[in-house]
Amino acid sequence: MNKEWEMVIGLEVHVELSTKSKIFCSCTTEFGGEPNTHCCPVCMGMPGTLPVLNKKVLESAISAGLALNCEIEREPRFDRKNYFYPDLPKAYQISQLYKPIAHDGYVEILVNDNVKKIRIHEMHMEEDAGKLIHSDFDNETYPDYNRCGVPLLEIVSEPDFRSAEEVSAYLDKIRALFTYLEISDCKMQEGSMRADVNLSVRRKGEKTLGTRTEMKNINSIKAIERAIENEADRQVDLLLSGERVVQETRHWNDDKRFSYAMRSKENAQDYRYFPEPDIPPMIVTDEMVGDIRNNLPEFMEAKKERFMKQYGLSEYDAGLLVLNKKQAEFFEVVVSEGVEAKAIANWLIGYFSRSLRENNLEFEDLDISPVELSKLITYVEEGKVNRKEGLEILDNIIKGCGPEDVEKYIKDNDLFVSTDNSELEAEIDNVLSNNQKVVDEYKSGKEKVIGFLVGQVMKNGKGKFNPSNVKTIMEKKLKGEV
Amino acid sequence: MIKELTAVEIGKKIKAKELSAIELVEELNNLRLQNDSIVNAYTNFDIEKIRENAAAVQKKIDCGELNSVLAGVPIGIKDNICTEGELTTCASKILKGFTPPFDATSVKKLKQAGMIVAGKLNMDEFAMGSTSETSCYGAVKNPWNTNKVPGGSSGGAAAAVAAGEAVCTLGSDTGGSIRQPASYCGVTGFKPTYGMVSRYGLIAYASSLDQIGPVARDVRDCAAIMDVISGIDGKDSTSRNYSSSTSFLDSLTGNVEGKVIGVPEECFGDGVDADVKQSIEEMIKEIEKIGAKVKTIHLPFIRYAVPTYYIIATAEASSNLSRFDGVKYGFRSDNASSIDDLIIHSRSEGFGQEVRKRILLGTFVLSSGYYDAYYNKALKMKQMIVDGFEKAYKECDVIICPTAPMTAPEIGSSLEDKMKMYLSDIFTVSANLAGLPGLSVPCGFDKNNMPIGAQILGAAGEDRSVLNMGYAYQKISDYHTRRPGGIR
Repeated sequence: MNKEWEMVIGLEVHVELSTKSKIFCSCTTEFGGEPNTHCCPVCMGMPGTLPVLNKKVLESAISAGLALNCEIEREPRFDRKNYFYPDLPKAYQISQLYKPIAHDGYVEILVNDNVKKIRIHEMHMEEDAGKLIHSDFDNETYPDYNRCGVPLLEIVSEPDFRSAEEVSAYLDKIRALFTYLEISDCKMQEGSMRADVNLSVRRKGEKTLGTRTEMKNINSIKAIERAIENEADRQVDLLLSGERVVQETRHWNDDKRFSYAMRSKENAQDYRYFPEPDIPPMIVTDEMVGDIRNNLPEFMEAKKERFMKQYGLSEYDAGLLVLNKKQAEFFEVVVSEGVEAKAIANWLIGYFSRSLRENNLEFEDLDISPVELSKLITYVEEGKVNRKEGLEILDNIIKGCGPEDVEKYIKDNDLFVSTDNSELEAEIDNVLSNNQKVVDEYKSGKEKVIGFLVGQVMKNGKGKFNPSNVKTIMEKKLKGEV
Repeated sequence: MIKELTAVEIGKKIKAKELSAIELVEELNNLRLQNDSIVNAYTNFDIEKIRENAAAVQKKIDCGELNSVLAGVPIGIKDNICTEGELTTCASKILKGFTPPFDATSVKKLKQAGMIVAGKLNMDEFAMGSTSETSCYGAVKNPWNTNKVPGGSSGGAAAAVAAGEAVCTLGSDTGGSIRQPASYCGVTGFKPTYGMVSRYGLIAYASSLDQIGPVARDVRDCAAIMDVISGIDGKDSTSRNYSSSTSFLDSLTGNVEGKVIGVPEECFGDGVDADVKQSIEEMIKEIEKIGAKVKTIHLPFIRYAVPTYYIIATAEASSNLSRFDGVKYGFRSDNASSIDDLIIHSRSEGFGQEVRKRILLGTFVLSSGYYDAYYNKALKMKQMIVDGFEKAYKECDVIICPTAPMTAPEIGSSLEDKMKMYLSDIFTVSANLAGLPGLSVPCGFDKNNMPIGAQILGAAGEDRSVLNMGYAYQKISDYHTRRPGGIR
């Protein structure tokens, strides 16, 4: 971006709450499902039905508000936002305008080693809409109301961002806070976290804000970064060439890396907000807020600091471990089983994440007994089981087909490294006598070939032998020392 | 025979095996066939289904499984209250063919008590009107004089009871829609405290004002129905528990000694028919004779009630009725080539004129730039009316005034002078704005032999006192037992 200019960005982030049931009825919030199977007369807005607030949504919203350092509204209310669209069966969305559940908060983000405060204007609860499915087969559009009534939080920031990096740091931060609260899985790809970017540009040093555009529903952080860079450049180019920025909603096409205007905000809809008469104002008591505050989890930064202090981990290791709350908790359980912290940290950061990636899984998908895993790690780290075999077992565990009883499995498959050297020596002798040609090569000075011989022993031993032990004894034998 | 009996009396006869639910619905059907081609009280009457239900209920009664007061008694339901698997159209073309997949909570309770849902009742389209002339099924006629309107919007409910085509009915009241037609038709109608009866399944007109209530032959019937339909409902967050140790029916003692009747001076001024004034004044004198005290009070805010009502009600209606867009159910216009077109044409063709007018008015008062001038101001006024009544009830137990300033007008005359129609709601709307209970009881006839109704209003939750005052009056009067002669 042109160095004389700066971008000014405000974000509206929508987060789907992972409550079991919807915000105003008892239908499941589960993602997917055949169209129109996760709905009832209430979430389909049939005439005569009434909404009844799911208390869990209010609790989640309060905990989110506290995590975002907000003031919690004590008499929050719902309002109706009226607009016609076939995916909105009541033709109004129950949302909050006049008395949102939380307001005037902030989060701190870390960009280029500087801490920056991003102010939160307000955060409110609302219901999601359904979606329209266009069928090319018969050229008709069909509504799917499964998503109608899935609870959402919308977090509206102040226009405090000055770069794409700040925006992605903020989104990471919100995801970290909300996944730590276990109120949302914040998956942008599945749409459980969505961001609308309001962006304007101005010459550095200017105080007034330029005309902004809005980009809606971009579905990955990388794409948001690209969209921001592109839009900021587009606006600067426009202004430099004497044109003006039009206030409008633009759609970002991430494949083609360009945006186009969707609708002009100048003839913006009038949503005719008014207080939702079907839901009386809620009462949020001090006790309620106090209880929720007392039960807030240890958040990412605090956990990272503690891991460094308590377990002597490097900032890098601790930082990676706490990225995922489940992983961090698992780490501590395994440590409590007596495994050395650094060892389990290496396993989680290294082997685990590789295996998860290869198998296209998430840590949350795993169903692993920390006790069994502790045994496995201990055996490998103490040399009782070879790393190769250990990691094969781990891979199977991660895939969900691992042994229930690690010790029994290792025993049954004879995978414990043999402590009986006579067995090893016999196997070495066997390999040496069957590979006279290679032995001769070794003796003629091509010492590298020992790798092949060790490999043969290891192969025949099926994990029973320790490779360095094999090498030591074999070297001695080849040199005639024993 | 059933024409002369009240619901409670019929219930007793059923229990005593002197009557069966099966006979009852046949007799009712005959009365309907005799009169309804003229009265037009029903929008739908599925006799086969009703016979089936009556047989099933009678069987349960015979087995002793049902012994509630009203078990076996048929009840008509206003067409804006959802009945599972049965047409529910709000008398609007836009809900043509709509059958809800669920019962309104009140209907569910009626069925549980062994009452037989017998027919859906005509009304002003979406309950918007005071004359029952805006129905897509045509105007309802007043059984006392079929050139006159029955009142509205629950005109079908009141006319059916008056004509003997229904024993009792459920109506809804947003600005007087139970009380005013009850008054025009010479029957008894009760609008409970807001929240006393679940609104779940009542197709909303104005959510903060709507309330379901009974229209019946006397106060005892209303009380017996209240015993069935009242109570907090997990499906309606605005419902409340006004618990009491005595049932509505048992609380009718007829004893009003020492009770103070507030008579608001504002309700007896110009614009109120002389006959109406006189009947109410005589009624008050009669009640005074049995021990009640009378006190003149002031309700200065009442002149703001109608504009306040029309702003709030239309604002909420504009939003509540937005869901009727031709996409999901009911009427869909054929004249559409895009989704915007589909919505615009379906609504323009599907809603009647009065409904379209109120939607436009409501849309206007909520639109940006006007919200504070209209809607917000109306909300403030609503609070002042709540406070004003609270103050008034420090001086009296109940308030008695005319239900409407005049008796039923000629059919067609209100359509020519809408302002006059709106203003005729003046005595009823403030009870909705303040959420208070209101009862209309017959108290006389004008010079043209059209019924006059008196309204008894009480403080929030004081529904039993209101009903008891009405009961006390009905014990010493017989206007509520009079029925129109032959219907022509």
